[in-house]
Amino acid sequence: MPLSRKIGYVNLTTGDISVQPIPLEMRRRFLGGRGLDAYLLYNHVPQGADPLGPDNVLLISGGLLTATCASATARTHVMAKSALTGLLGSANMGGFFAPELAWAGFHHLVIKGKASKPVYLYVHDGRIEIRDASRVWGKTTTEAQAAIREELGDDEVKSLVCGPAGEKLVRFANVMTGIKNAAGRTGMGCIMGSKNLKAVAARGTMDIRIAHPVEALEHNKRFIEQITSSKVNQTQGTLGTPFIWGATNSWGGVRTRNFQYNQLEYADDVEPERIDEIATETMGPYHMTGCYACQVHCRAQYKIPSGPYKGKYDEGPEYTSQGAFAGEPDCRSAETVLVGNHLVDQYGVDNLEIGSLISWAMELYELGILTKEQTGGLDLRFGNDEALLEMIHRICRRDGWLANALADGGVAASEAIGKNSFDYLIQVKGMSNLHSDERATPGLALNIATASRGSDHLRSRPAIDLYHLPEPVLRKIYGSPVPYDGPLSSEHTEYIGKPWQVFWQENCYMAVDCLGICKYHTVFLGATHPNFEDWPTVIRLNTGLEFTPREIWDVAERANMMERLFNLREGLTRRDARKGDTLNHRYFDEPCRRGAPGVVGLKIDRERFDKMVDEFYVHKGLDADGVPKPETLARLGLDHEPSRVV
Amino acid sequence: MSHKLLQIDHEKCTGCRLCELVCAVRHHGVSNPTKSRIRVIKWEGEGVYVPMACQQCQDAPCQKACPSKAIARDEALGAVAVDYDKCIGCRTCVSVCPFGAMHFVPAERKVIKCDLCEGEPQCARFCEVHAVSYVESGDVGVGKGRAAARRLLEADRSAAELLAGR
Ligand code: SF4
Ligand code: SF4
Ligand code: SF4
Repeated sequence: MPLSRKIGYVNLTTGDISVQPIPLEMRRRFLGGRGLDAYLLYNHVPQGADPLGPDNVLLISGGLLTATCASATARTHVMAKSALTGLLGSANMGGFFAPELAWAGFHHLVIKGKASKPVYLYVHDGRIEIRDASRVWGKTTTEAQAAIREELGDDEVKSLVCGPAGEKLVRFANVMTGIKNAAGRTGMGCIMGSKNLKAVAARGTMDIRIAHPVEALEHNKRFIEQITSSKVNQTQGTLGTPFIWGATNSWGGVRTRNFQYNQLEYADDVEPERIDEIATETMGPYHMTGCYACQVHCRAQYKIPSGPYKGKYDEGPEYTSQGAFAGEPDCRSAETVLVGNHLVDQYGVDNLEIGSLISWAMELYELGILTKEQTGGLDLRFGNDEALLEMIHRICRRDGWLANALADGGVAASEAIGKNSFDYLIQVKGMSNLHSDERATPGLALNIATASRGSDHLRSRPAIDLYHLPEPVLRKIYGSPVPYDGPLSSEHTEYIGKPWQVFWQENCYMAVDCLGICKYHTVFLGATHPNFEDWPTVIRLNTGLEFTPREIWDVAERANMMERLFNLREGLTRRDARKGDTLNHRYFDEPCRRGAPGVVGLKIDRERFDKMVDEFYVHKGLDADGVPKPETLARLGLDHEPSRVV
Repeated sequence: MSHKLLQIDHEKCTGCRLCELVCAVRHHGVSNPTKSRIRVIKWEGEGVYVPMACQQCQDAPCQKACPSKAIARDEALGAVAVDYDKCIGCRTCVSVCPFGAMHFVPAERKVIKCDLCEGEPQCARFCEVHAVSYVESGDVGVGKGRAAARRLLEADRSAAELLAGR
């Protein structure tokens, strides 16, 4: 049974290991995955802990449905206090790791302390071993995984690893598995590096008994048919996420030259069709791959077609790499995007963060805030592809003054650089924005301003806002499982109704992250995709647990509040420019200069934005400072935290 | 007599392993890749994924080698089948199968192999990219031949274009 999966507690300082069951009560309150991780984080990390110290706790998990007979449930969640922001650190990835962890008997790992020398964990059929990693340390992400498979003599071992960037304690180093799956944001790879933990390897042969196998199989068949017959998933299965970048760029929703423009012009060479062409030329017509048991296969396989890295194999690039290595730095070459993508995959570093910080540095350089001496002789202007790629190397190796400063993250770097550099840093809560420009889309702006892990599109973005769905359709989606009869608008440039949509999406994405489901299989991409109403069936058929849609919503709300409590404990205040639910001033002061006619000239209205935050807080049951009211905590059963049940 | 067989076209395979999942769920009611009759062999970093399943050989080595005559052809289905009443669990079939398609499950102390799901192969049913399909035995290879012919044709055409361009 999925319910028999355990929590493994590991103390890297003492070498103590213990394996505990997950009480049913905790399943009912948090389901699993990111939700239960949020509980564990709040309960196990002491207030004010140094993110890089032994008190920080690294949490690794699969969702409740991981490796059951439910497709697209391969997500691995990674959580800790963030190395980048000092607030919630949280990142999620696809691939094949979480199912292997589940077959090895575990849904959650709680890793404390710090090893005295490099180690890795080997999780195998109910057991956890701490092993010497001296032969793995120093290796790139793919080399490290191969070395572990070789050392254990088992090709089926799946590992998640930190790369050289994590070892160098780059504050936004990520955790990776496979070729390109990355738990990308908030510096989870840096936490691994700080613990001398190179990898977690898993291999399992234990049954996950399906509660109602015959029906679960048929249900999964219908689910797959629903997903693969939708146009948006078909496009994604052909072009991958780059298609989203192309579509967003066409109307002016992609930030360019850090934040000077909202559209990349003359982008033909980095359009999704061009990238698809390269994948076809180098890997043949069937070049798409994907995660465990998923039929969308959203990821291209490619070889770099030209230049010094010619012939190197990689996967992706996701739209984030088009943003990080084309739009933001104003570079327009497919080769640069593919090489940049390859470098971040090998070093194990967050492509969004590194691309964003380099383009910020480019703006500072062009403004004269950074000198050529400080850039170590690099002509760090926009559109300089070579300088961009060189900076990736330098940051991941902490090579030179500027690279070393940037490797500490934007907020810390702005202190090192000084002057008014912070004004140009496009971040929320210390984490850089992704490539999208939200000046024309108030709902999306509210989403990044209030997302629990800092500027982020995967925590509460009402992405379907861009489809201009008719109001009755919006009512159907956003009116359940809890009734809502307030205003809703089909206009993505509007402010009304957006706080509810963001609140609803926040709960939707949390539910998906608790279950381990990929967001492309829910109301992120498609308006009719599975939703609160659909999940009770898949949960019951696979686990035997009965949940109502409303109960799943309650779990999500509770888990989101747990994350909020953690952030508040670590210093979040509403209007803090570095730790608050705010946006960079440029959202309010500099209008969009490019894009569709209805977009040019738009910026976020400060007062109306503030009202949206107020309203969002009301939906969440927070007071005007963003702190939960006592009755909200009581309603969610969080009035006695930390309660230390697990 | 003509039967339907699994046809595997590994170039189309995305490496997702859904076939492994549905095979194990159908036969054991569990998710566990070590209980699947089909196994996807992967070369990560090269983008190569090859699903391996029983070929239902005409001169089946497993059948020949079985000391207790537990393996026989199911004439109706065209599948090579294990009779568990006769099987002694000696694993001889596992070692002689040239495709690694016979597997031993330690927990159940028995060998498993593809039984074509009694004529409703779940792997083929779930594989949306048709890397596994269920086709008439005489037709296995027809599609492949067509695809190869097209590649030749295209190579020919581009060669002609190159020459003409010179
Ligand atoms: S849609 Fe893409 S990311 Fe999601 S599970 Fe499928 S392959 Fe993975
Ligand atoms: S289901 Fe199809 S694509 Fe997926 S691994 Fe099996 S054969 Fe390959
Ligand atoms: S046909 Fe059935 S038994 Fe054979 S590999 Fe496919 S799913 Fe398994």
